[in-house]
Amino acid sequence: MTAGSAPPVVAPPRATVAVHRLPQDRWRAPEIVFWSIPVAVFFALPGYLVLGSQILIVGLFAVSLDLILGYAGIVSLGHAAYFGVGAYTAGLLALHGWGEPLSGLVIAGVTAAAVGWVAGFLVLRGEDLTRLMVTLGIALVLYEAANKASSITGGVDGLSGMTMWKILGMFKFDIAGRVAYLYSLVVLFLLFLVLRRLVNSPFGLSLRGVREKRKRMPALGASVREREIAIFTVSAGVAGVAGALLAQTTQFVALDVLAFSRSAELLIILVLGGTGRLYGGLVGAAVYMVAQDILAGINPVYWQFWIGALLVVIVLFARGGILGGLEGIYARVRRSGA
Amino acid sequence: MIANLIGVLFDGIAYGALLFLISIGLSVTMGLMNFVNLAHGAFAMVGGYTTVMLMARLGVPFLAALPVAFVVAAVVGAVLERVLYRRLYKASHLDQVLFSIGLTFMAIAAATYVWGPGLQPIELPRFLIGPVKVLGLDLGAYRIFLVALVIVITFGLVLLVERTRFGAQVRASVDSQQASAGLGIDVNRVFSLTFALGSGLAGLGGGLGVDVLGLDPTFPVKYMVYFLLVVAVGGAASIKGALAAALILGIFDVAGKYFVPDVGAFVIYVLMVVLLILFPAGLYGRRG
Repeated sequence: MTAGSAPPVVAPPRATVAVHRLPQDRWRAPEIVFWSIPVAVFFALPGYLVLGSQILIVGLFAVSLDLILGYAGIVSLGHAAYFGVGAYTAGLLALHGWGEPLSGLVIAGVTAAAVGWVAGFLVLRGEDLTRLMVTLGIALVLYEAANKASSITGGVDGLSGMTMWKILGMFKFDIAGRVAYLYSLVVLFLLFLVLRRLVNSPFGLSLRGVREKRKRMPALGASVREREIAIFTVSAGVAGVAGALLAQTTQFVALDVLAFSRSAELLIILVLGGTGRLYGGLVGAAVYMVAQDILAGINPVYWQFWIGALLVVIVLFARGGILGGLEGIYARVRRSGA
Repeated sequence: MIANLIGVLFDGIAYGALLFLISIGLSVTMGLMNFVNLAHGAFAMVGGYTTVMLMARLGVPFLAALPVAFVVAAVVGAVLERVLYRRLYKASHLDQVLFSIGLTFMAIAAATYVWGPGLQPIELPRFLIGPVKVLGLDLGAYRIFLVALVIVITFGLVLLVERTRFGAQVRASVDSQQASAGLGIDVNRVFSLTFALGSGLAGLGGGLGVDVLGLDPTFPVKYMVYFLLVVAVGGAASIKGALAAALILGIFDVAGKYFVPDVGAFVIYVLMVVLLILFPAGLYGRRG
């Protein structure tokens, strides 16, 4: 931009055109490095695969929240609702004789998406505060429902005793969590590919438009409501798949899949990693859960205090989270290098 | 049956009065500063612990401990407003939500560290225990005390807002910050004072509520929904709205738990979603 007065031969013409094009979705080197990490973990740290698959699942869940929060700007305080619907769907299917994992995953995702679609009509009315309250309210209603319907869901005791079949008839879930880890990783990666394409599409761009200026989007001929409901449904579906993954890999569904603390924790994870990047949720999940594994072992009360303090500090001083901070450093290094 | 119904209704009103007392500060914060403060329950908790500690450790009588709870919570509120909240008035709602969740977590952890995770016992003075016969009905003495106190405080608040110079400044600031500042009103001072007043009332409510709501470190999260609900349903910065919402909520919650205990908390959550869908801007919303 500073080269505006320079002769056109010097300024690369491609750069000026690219500003107005769709977001570039070619794979970059850091992304390839990023995805090689979980593969390396599988071979290098076989003792941590159970924690590893938890991180992958929570990462997928955080990515689902990023779709509505980071891209469309919808704050949800009750995203655990869809995670829980997915988990219970997959758990109940397996408990009642259908332990086939892949179809279970699809059914759970579709169920959660359907709930999300209906909820979307309720949530996406009114202003910010009302939305916040309705997302929270829907999650609380579902939590109470699961709590009271203990003959179906097991109530506080949770849902256990399910048997999962082999994945594709070949891979049996093992104690060390090797299959669970790879299964979660493959599902996460495939869904990530789809979502990455989605947010870099014209639709994804229009979502960012909604986030930045709701009132101007209709003037461009774009229906805000349709887009919000669409992305809310997709997000709920992805959250449902994450919940189903948790149910299938641990073969247990606890009532707290629907709890408020899970929704709040998810917000923290996403903000810690950085919103509006898809990768933020994954980075946040890894950092948060590894830290929790280490610190909560020492003292759970301290852990809650420090996570609270961390949140306050992030909001006051480090908007953008880890990835935002890294980007800032990267930009500064490049500027001083040039 | 009828006496029973009236008894439940009265319990609901007392419960709603308490919710109103705690939530009115939140209503003002949201209406005046447009700040979504999920940590509001923590101020009530401060008041609750102050009351319990004063009574148990220092032997202060209940009625004398309550004003102290008000003052302590108000001071904590004023300090936090000056140091932290003020920086985020212009921030997005997401930032405010995250910030206040962070504060809530810290408050819960700190309370657990100092007082342990258990429920705190409280011994009410003898004249507030037991039922009292009013017009042939058995009503709880403490419930009557609660309702009477909240009526007095509500009148005080209405007088403060409608009749005093400070109240006029508050109303002007709610309507338009810019215009008020232009007229020479020190909007920052109005914010600080109302925040402190709101926190103090929450603290007072927390002290009064130890017997009714129970007090343990998870208090701010356990009742967060109720406080938010009073504001969301009532419409921000409206005493009338908050009172109506708190009473509806209190009556439905108590009646739900009494008549259909199996469904329990369900009633309140469904009521909340329905009310929010019917009145997205609150019962007395300004932004229709």
